[in-house]
Amino acid sequence: MKVDQIAVFLENKSGRLAAITKALSDNNINIRALSVADTADFGILRLIVDDTEKATRVLKEEGFTVGKGVVIAVEVADRPGGLSRVLAVLHEAEINVEYMYAFVEKSGENAVLIFRFDDPDMAITILLNAGIKILTGEEVRSI
Amino acid sequence: MIWNEEFETLPREQLEILQIKRLKDLVERVYYRVKPYREKMDAAGIKPEHIKSLADLQKLPFTTKDFLRDNYPFGLFTLPLDQVVRVHASSGTTGKPTVVGYTKRDIETWAEVMARALACGSVQRGDVVHNAYGYGLFTGGLGAHYGAERLGATVIPISGGQTKRQIMIMQDFGSTVLLSTPSYALNIAETMADMGVDASRLSLRVGIFGAEPWSENMREEVEKKLGLKAIDIYGLSEIIGPGVSMECIEAQHGMHIFEDHFMPEIIDPDTGEVLPMGEKGELVFTTLTKQAFPLIRYRTKDITRLIAEPCVCGRTFVRMEKITGRTDDMLIIRGVNVFPTQVEHVLMGIEGVEPHYLIIVNREGSMDTMEVQVEVSEQLFSDEVKNLEKLSKRIQTEIKDLIGSTCKITLVEPKTIQRSEGKAKRVIDNRNI
Repeated sequence: MKVDQIAVFLENKSGRLAAITKALSDNNINIRALSVADTADFGILRLIVDDTEKATRVLKEEGFTVGKGVVIAVEVADRPGGLSRVLAVLHEAEINVEYMYAFVEKSGENAVLIFRFDDPDMAITILLNAGIKILTGEEVRSI
Repeated sequence: MIWNEEFETLPREQLEILQIKRLKDLVERVYYRVKPYREKMDAAGIKPEHIKSLADLQKLPFTTKDFLRDNYPFGLFTLPLDQVVRVHASSGTTGKPTVVGYTKRDIETWAEVMARALACGSVQRGDVVHNAYGYGLFTGGLGAHYGAERLGATVIPISGGQTKRQIMIMQDFGSTVLLSTPSYALNIAETMADMGVDASRLSLRVGIFGAEPWSENMREEVEKKLGLKAIDIYGLSEIIGPGVSMECIEAQHGMHIFEDHFMPEIIDPDTGEVLPMGEKGELVFTTLTKQAFPLIRYRTKDITRLIAEPCVCGRTFVRMEKITGRTDDMLIIRGVNVFPTQVEHVLMGIEGVEPHYLIIVNREGSMDTMEVQVEVSEQLFSDEVKNLEKLSKRIQTEIKDLIGSTCKITLVEPKTIQRSEGKAKRVIDNRNI
């Protein structure tokens, strides 16, 4: 039910994001989803890739600070209210979202929401009980 | 005006007679009362009776800030605490400050030299002295305060900060003399410009600026913007505080050292050899009259040269030029002494912080800013912004708690701070002082 995500520290200077994507591409690693959190002074790149272990190793070798963590991927229908319903369920259960990002599946019928929770296990329970579909890591990687 | 004509114009021969008498007394006091000094002198094979002339001063071992730190806090006091009426402290090279103590007579001595210093700058009874040096453990505020009172001037003990209020008070109270760091004086000038207050609406006549290095260009700028004569004062808490030496308003060239109390030497910082008069080197002081916390041959790490030529003002004391540098990497930021090792001490106390950091100092307008770059290790890293911001904030707070100055923390990628072979480069100082 949990999806591996890697996070990379980005110093606030040009070319850093490019260096990461180049290292991944040189090693034939495919990015499934990504988001960048930026502040005035630094950024954090979050990635879901097809080979987490390899990507971690490659980026560390390139000298990046890499952290691994788990996120929850939720699939919703790609139409108005898809996200809203999920957030309403979480709000009702007082589950705090640390951050989230989203992308649309190739078919265009569904959207995938990636959530980072403080307490992922509790979140999974709540979401499943509300009948919301959670994707496995394998499913996300094969999208 | 010369405050103490008798001492400040002593012919050299008479001054030297006084100095040797005081030096002998000092060495005896220190040797018999302070064990660490005695051990140091014994190790060098020097006894108090070996000091017969001023030239014998060179036989005595140097005192360094490390020696003060090793005997923290009161280990070098020559008298029990019941004789000590005040303590002050300044930055140490690590977490612990450098502590100094004063007897009642030391406070008197300090007021005397500080009164002389203010008189050097033409301050007198009737002047309204706006004392913006910080009051507290820092020697600046109280040191200048007692001197101004001794002189009979009217003191406004305003301390630092709240600049707009300071300007209002200067206007309303008719301050004629400003005491502050030179950078704070510039800050006042800029704030006045923002408020639309012209210097002509103030009564400032003289500014006595010290506690940080400043250039002749800065002098011109402050003089123009505040409409006053800017004079340089020197001091350090280990020796007594402000009032160790002071420029006279007549020459505005070189600071007269009050040699009946503080004996200067200039040494080669590498060999420790005393250099001939006029050569540039590290300034060393011996406090001839201090009771609670005297120092023998204390290495200030400030670089300057002495000027022996007689001065137009009539004082016979030698002058020292403006400080042109340091033998160590101490920084002075907004009047506060900062050692890179202090920053390191803070960083090492935070689990997961790499021992690689870089301090960058800039001058923005009149304010010095300090940025500390810290490498983000895997242990510190988080995928959540708030955790990294919490980390920056924590480093910032701990540095502020230790050194009293706010700095900006920049997190950088690992191994981006240059590793040097040999002495690591920890500081980039972009200020043009």
